[in-house]
Amino acid sequence: MLTLTPGTHVRLVGHCLDGLPDEACGLLGGDPATGHASLCYPTRNQAASARLYEVHPLDHLRADRDAESRGLQIIGVFHSHTHTDAYPSATDVAQAPDPSWHYVLVSLKAEPVVRSYRIDDGKIAEEPVALAAG
Amino acid sequence: MTVEVRLPTVLRQHAGGQSVVRAEGATVGEVLEGLVRAYPGLGGQVLAQDGTALHRFVNVYLNDDDVRYLERLDTKVSDEDVVSILPAVAGGAG
Repeated sequence: MLTLTPGTHVRLVGHCLDGLPDEACGLLGGDPATGHASLCYPTRNQAASARLYEVHPLDHLRADRDAESRGLQIIGVFHSHTHTDAYPSATDVAQAPDPSWHYVLVSLKAEPVVRSYRIDDGKIAEEPVALAAG
Repeated sequence: MTVEVRLPTVLRQHAGGQSVVRAEGATVGEVLEGLVRAYPGLGGQVLAQDGTALHRFVNVYLNDDDVRYLERLDTKVSDEDVVSILPAVAGGAG
């Protein structure tokens, strides 16, 4: 299960909307033991594409350092699908780097829909997403 | 030179769970080769199979600079430097 602070939720959806018409992406900082994401790191989409995303590596480095300085870690990544459902594409699965991460998809084909998945060795498992303070 | 090497979560399992290790070398390539010698489980995850280039899905930073924009594996390192290894994070609707 992934929990998001309300602020993290608002920031990640807002960043995805701001990125239109391209896909937008970012990283989630939090506690890997509980799956609670209290930090949202909007990042640049180096691919600058409506169909692909690539987290800018320098933004990734900075997010990683910031999370660590707060005693937290990067625990997941989010990105938007501008015209398709919030479900991992074959590209998402093939390039998922870390089975311990939460993979958050934001569909913008209608009202924003946020869903989260675990992706391990090509297998996709949806997990619940809830809001939680803290 | 002995430099600090920061590992992403996905690679820590191959280095005894450590997030930061130290490795020796005069260049980024030598540091990464030393890293793989110390932690053979990292072989093939950081460098391409033939060892002459970075793995396609890995980004390596020397302090704040992507080594692909420096001299790649030939980039020289100093004692105070920090080498950060990050997984390339990408995907999309395709």
